[in-house]
Amino acid sequence: MTMKIFIPRESTAVSLGAHDVAQAFTQYASRHDIDLKIVRNGSRGLFWLEPMIEIETAQGRMAYGPVESSDVASIMEDITHNICNEKPPCHALSLGLTEDIAYLKKQTRLTFARAGIIDPVSLDDYLALDGFKGLQKALALSTQDIVTSVVESGLRGRGGAAFPTGIKWQTVRDAVAEQKYIVCNADEGDSGTFADKLVMECDPFMLIEGIIIAGLAVGANQGYIYLRSEYPIADEILQHAIKIANEAGYLGNDICGSGKRFHLEVRLGAEAYICGEETALLESLEGKRGMVRFKPPLPAIEGLFGKPTIVNNVLSLAAIPFIMSQGSHAYQQYGTNRSRGTLPFQLAGNVKQGGLIELPFGSSLKDLIDDFSGGTESNRPIKAIQVGGPLGAYLPVNKLDIPLDYEAFSKASAVLGHGGIVVFDDSVDMLEQARFSMEFCVVESCGKCTPCRIGSTRGVEVIDKIKNNDRRVENMTLLNDLCDTMIDGSLCAMGSMTPIPVRSAYSDFPQDFYLPTQESNHD
Amino acid sequence: MKIEFSSPLSNVENIIDSLKNKEGALLPILHAIQKEVGYIAPNTIERIATKLKQTPAEIHGVISFYHQFRTSPPGKYKIQICRAEACQSRGSRQLEEHAKERLNIDYHQMTSDKKFSLDSVYCLGNCATGPNIRINDELYGRISNEKFDQVLSNVDRDLK
Repeated sequence: MTMKIFIPRESTAVSLGAHDVAQAFTQYASRHDIDLKIVRNGSRGLFWLEPMIEIETAQGRMAYGPVESSDVASIMEDITHNICNEKPPCHALSLGLTEDIAYLKKQTRLTFARAGIIDPVSLDDYLALDGFKGLQKALALSTQDIVTSVVESGLRGRGGAAFPTGIKWQTVRDAVAEQKYIVCNADEGDSGTFADKLVMECDPFMLIEGIIIAGLAVGANQGYIYLRSEYPIADEILQHAIKIANEAGYLGNDICGSGKRFHLEVRLGAEAYICGEETALLESLEGKRGMVRFKPPLPAIEGLFGKPTIVNNVLSLAAIPFIMSQGSHAYQQYGTNRSRGTLPFQLAGNVKQGGLIELPFGSSLKDLIDDFSGGTESNRPIKAIQVGGPLGAYLPVNKLDIPLDYEAFSKASAVLGHGGIVVFDDSVDMLEQARFSMEFCVVESCGKCTPCRIGSTRGVEVIDKIKNNDRRVENMTLLNDLCDTMIDGSLCAMGSMTPIPVRSAYSDFPQDFYLPTQESNHD
Repeated sequence: MKIEFSSPLSNVENIIDSLKNKEGALLPILHAIQKEVGYIAPNTIERIATKLKQTPAEIHGVISFYHQFRTSPPGKYKIQICRAEACQSRGSRQLEEHAKERLNIDYHQMTSDKKFSLDSVYCLGNCATGPNIRINDELYGRISNEKFDQVLSNVDRDLK
């Protein structure tokens, strides 16, 4: 009987040696004459266990991890002696049934339901788990009915700005133009975020399906995935999946025999953080410097090449197939207040158990960290948590009891953004982190507006003066004024949000700025 | 990855011709040339400008805007260290110091034997298993100072 083993081909697993592990299994099997089929799946997103391999059994998949090439022989012996004889595995790296791993079990996976289960470029695998059902439904609906479903789902843009997706789609649908575009923003540049990459590397057909549905909804026949070049494996997998989707008639001139056409292409960025901003992204796609555009006009009215354009994040488009196939109510019933559905949170930084955690909105940040992190990797106490990428606030430990929803974060002068959570232990120097935020803005500003371009450079200088005790009190006042200027005067979020981490650093960690400690902040 | 430091201009011409009719063709052209040749030479910039009916200054403006494009030959191996916050929280600041010392160069420089260049990158998306580095298109996670030396000596062995 053929033995089936799953070994991820996803970036994190590969960065930790998954290719070597796969090779070791192949060699072992040929040496011992074992009929072994290796499936290169995606990842379940349990990164501290990567490379995590799984063996298919009658009870379900059994996992081992983190596996190194040197473990392969002993794991194969455990499989052949125990699992193959229906006895429980006894290897030190055995994790039991994958589905029973607590980290996975506690999640609500709608978008990531297939991640790590399927071979990302197997159309059969995708179809077997509800793939393209949403597209089939959409093909039977009017354009307005598709848009209405998205409006009713309550889905808001998962890229960070959280604008209602359905409203954006309605605007593009109602715009009158010969040509419209769908642009998928896959320039996932925020530190601590990797959910877009996981979608593209683990379940690319889901993203493709979401983009095609968007095209049907608004009458666009051309789509672009603007992918950052830092993700070569995602590029390779997406290109492969698009080729298969074209060959199978899901893309092209006659989608599933409907007579409707849609073409999709991947375009690579070139290492510029600002191109994650939607208007800079459009400039880049047009072959220009990624400089931010004034708004209005909104991209929905005048977007790519001046035509009405949907610009949606990967996670927003990836949520569409579920909404279409299961219904807007099925999605809308998850979540809290005006934050509906699920958000794939990304737990990263100094934690023992980093990975992807898809949950409905509403539980608290503290609970998420307590339930999933396993503590800090360094075993030192947590000092700060940055949520929402490099433009998000640093939260101190006494402010973690904050519900995970867009409005609650906004009320706390913080940003939920794309759901990235980065944990720092007590060795972090918050003045250095504030300085880094300004420095990052210097390096990545597009340079179009003065507050961002020059303000960030002045910001680094002022923080250096504070550090060097050069008129510290006056320079703190200056830093505060500079933050106001950047917030009020910048053209886009790069300049207007850089002050968020900076301000949180000196307000909540005053001791690192040599300021008197307020007892409300530090015990 | 194949990197050659000189390539017949006809290859570049072919690349430009095959891509110039795409919508927003410039970035795909620049990527394809850099992949083929390793960098975008000044005479290439003129060729692109002519074929796209733009000025060389416009093309140069785009090249200089993006961190990835370069106008001079790269090292055989381009090492990038992730400087983003998640990697910082797991020790990338120490790794940066170690790497600069080990290679005896600063960021945006190349070793004198032209084997290695060192650059920073802001997020490789491997944020739960940092510090991370990328060497050409290969990503390496959980890079301690010792592992950095080990990865480098493996690469160096392949070079010989």
